[in-house]
Amino acid sequence: MLPSELKKRIAGLKPSRRAFLAVSAAAGGALVVGYYTLGRGKALKDGALNAFVTIAPDNTVTLVAKNPEIGQGVKTMLPMLIAEELDVDWRQVNIEQADFDPENFKGQYAGGSMATPENYTPLRQIGAATRFVLVQAAAEQWGVSASECTTASGMVHHASGKSAPYGALVKAAAKLKAPDLKAVKLKDPTRYTIIGKPTIGIDSPKLVRGAPLFGIDVEVPGMLYAVFHKCPVFGGSVKSANLDEIKKLPGIKDAFIVAGAGAHVFEAEGGTASTGLQPGIAIVADSWWRAQKARDSLKVVWDEGPYAHHSSEFFAQTADALLAKDPAWVYRKDGDPAAALKTAAKTIEARYDYPFLAHATLEPQNCTAHVADGKCEFWAPTQLPEAARGLIAGTLGVKEKDVVIHITRSGGAFGRRLMNDYMVEAGWISQQVGAPVKLIWSREDDVQHDFYRPAGWHKIKGGLDAEGKIVAWQHAFVSFGKGHEFASCAGLDPGSYPAGRIPNLSFGTSLIQTGVPMGPLRAPSENAMVWVFQSFLDELAHAAGKDPIDFAIAVLGKPETKPLGAEVFSAARVLGVLTKVRTMCGWGRKLPARTGLGVAFSFCHLGYAAEVVEAAVAKDGTVTLNQVWAAIDVGRQIVNPMGAENQAQGSVIDGLAHALNEKITFANGRTVQSNFDGHSPLTMRQVPPVEVAFVLSDHEPSGLGEPAMPPVIPALTNAIFAATGKRVRSLPIDPAMLAG
Amino acid sequence: MHYTLNVNGQDRSVDVDDDTPLLWVLRDAMNLKGTRYGCGAGLCGACTVHIDGQPVQSCRMPVSSLGTSKIVTIEGIGDTPIGKRITDAWLKIDVMQCGYCQGGQIMAAAALLAQNPKPSDDDIVTAMDGHLCRCGTYLRIKQAIKLAAEGS
Ligand code: FES
Ligand code: FES
Repeated sequence: MLPSELKKRIAGLKPSRRAFLAVSAAAGGALVVGYYTLGRGKALKDGALNAFVTIAPDNTVTLVAKNPEIGQGVKTMLPMLIAEELDVDWRQVNIEQADFDPENFKGQYAGGSMATPENYTPLRQIGAATRFVLVQAAAEQWGVSASECTTASGMVHHASGKSAPYGALVKAAAKLKAPDLKAVKLKDPTRYTIIGKPTIGIDSPKLVRGAPLFGIDVEVPGMLYAVFHKCPVFGGSVKSANLDEIKKLPGIKDAFIVAGAGAHVFEAEGGTASTGLQPGIAIVADSWWRAQKARDSLKVVWDEGPYAHHSSEFFAQTADALLAKDPAWVYRKDGDPAAALKTAAKTIEARYDYPFLAHATLEPQNCTAHVADGKCEFWAPTQLPEAARGLIAGTLGVKEKDVVIHITRSGGAFGRRLMNDYMVEAGWISQQVGAPVKLIWSREDDVQHDFYRPAGWHKIKGGLDAEGKIVAWQHAFVSFGKGHEFASCAGLDPGSYPAGRIPNLSFGTSLIQTGVPMGPLRAPSENAMVWVFQSFLDELAHAAGKDPIDFAIAVLGKPETKPLGAEVFSAARVLGVLTKVRTMCGWGRKLPARTGLGVAFSFCHLGYAAEVVEAAVAKDGTVTLNQVWAAIDVGRQIVNPMGAENQAQGSVIDGLAHALNEKITFANGRTVQSNFDGHSPLTMRQVPPVEVAFVLSDHEPSGLGEPAMPPVIPALTNAIFAATGKRVRSLPIDPAMLAG
Repeated sequence: MHYTLNVNGQDRSVDVDDDTPLLWVLRDAMNLKGTRYGCGAGLCGACTVHIDGQPVQSCRMPVSSLGTSKIVTIEGIGDTPIGKRITDAWLKIDVMQCGYCQGGQIMAAAALLAQNPKPSDDDIVTAMDGHLCRCGTYLRIKQAIKLAAEGS
């Protein structure tokens, strides 16, 4: 499901699924490795050697963190790459968050676990090139050859005993021509003093003091506060509202209807997504509490639009009816699955379904905008400022170049903040009232106006030969979209594993059209599909009477690296993580009654993860998680082990919440859940120990925001099967079904 | 209405509606942004402060109910001995991912250690269970609380 322009762009490197958004929004594309410059696009400040590095006379080094920090640790990790090659001490380093600045920086987004693969080499090159000019400047001053100079801890040294701090060389160095980035020599990794060392988050000391780092904390002089009340029914609009009454309430500065503006439709995750300014009522007040409270008095007549009858029951019934028929569209067919099923020694059939999910970032969506007096300035937690700029300019009728975006820290993102709908709302409201405005969504707004992870219903028939080899896989599923066009993240990649390894296989789908907004949630598509595929593979292993890990290794075949759909897939790396996790968890050991181990693996966002869950199921169906083991291969180097382990554990815990807690349902065209009581992340009580091991393989380092998340869900449900003989085929897990 | 509140050892005056939750008084009237809004309904703990030493969800606490109570927020907790131990432990283990929940987590942990200097695993879970971390940093939160308890 990869757009061809992306496929072409980076041969051998799987482009970010999330970055699809970036590409459609920005003609220049955000995904260009090796196109970095030292950034002379904009006037540099004093002491700046380039857009990334500034060195003060006291030898303090300020590095720019160009990408949005959403909790994945890039504000620390990316500057570590520069600092390493610059050869400074981490203690000397200050870090500044960049504004959105496409003249100086490439790829300013957070998504697809792409920060590491896109920046690992370019940012080291930037550090090395900067070091190069500093050495050059010292050599010229001393009249020696640069090759006789060495550097350490932000100093240049010469064999003669001469030395100078970088801070004293900046002026001279700034006049020198920077070397070609690709030609600079990089350090031998055995000499690393920063990369690979556990490093605490650069903002951590501020965070434990409650410093105002998040979008929701922004203050601008003269700022007003806003809420935006949208139609609870997706696709609805405003007919009328009691605005005159609202305007009389204490502290209310304005209240008005926003008609909404043309949806911004673009390709995302192999499907179409739509974002933009939705219709609703803006209430602007002198405090957020007053604006929010005014909603209690708000009376709106809505036009509920064409989808008011949609509900979870409607979707489930429609899916049932569609699965009873042949799929409307078969888009992958290898061999003849129907015939192979007829001649197979053994066949099994199963149905799987999973629900819609919300992102529910702990910091609700918010944005502060000042669109007045010739200004067009935004402060926002956004994963994709480039798309925000296009959306804002198009909707507000301003020029892209006039839109200034300050990227704030995000209180979680998980894909939600790729959509920027809250930014265009804030901009519109600010433009209407002619003052800076901070828009904050209530938690209810946030849960009820998400771009949900799409639900899905699958029916799979599998056939084994007499030796227990899979000979047939016939897979039909019901998803969302229109005709042959999936909704965002509602598709199944035709290359999905184990496609290509089974002689007779088909993927076919029938799509339901709806007004429910859908979009990328951490490990989009894989967060659901890996559960379906790895569960059914486990079913086949048991049907074949084989150990699930032995079976997985047999299906994997030769440990070679080959294209899998649009991606390059290495069976060797899967084998590496499977073998590792098998040892870690003591696979095969004797377990107490009603306790089981389950295994699953996935390949996504360039990373490989194999995970095992040990689960115990009580007689009443209560599931207790004893432990999770995760073996992860994201290449030869973990840049910041401190953050890496945290990301991996967090991903596992996030996946467990999908399995155990989370579900969004709809009734009368609207979202039923409204807060954390209806859709909760895991709580501390539910969290098992999660042991993480990184398998270092000789491949370029890749990211960790997503790869560890998908396999834990099937590992858990496979463990439940091992414990009870009951197969979970519907998420979230219903303990009642496991009782007895 | 005019209110004088004692926050982090200082009396501060504000003019707000009677029903304004302490959360929004702190954030918007006093510009203390470390107490954070997550749910507004007592479901996440991001807004936790101490009122006379007790952990309280400030989103559910109207300003009119506070009287002369002593309020401590995340901006002030590091100045208490327990708060200092907790924040040091938080940094040593680097609990944070996004960090948005962590103010509330630290406030809850500080209240726990004030009452129970050597909490068992169960005590920790009981005290912390309602404090949601969407990023899933629970394992490190537990570890940090234990580390801080060791230092007592
Ligand atoms: S904001 Fe108060 S408990 Fe969530
Ligand atoms: S660290 Fe992000 S919500 Fe806890």
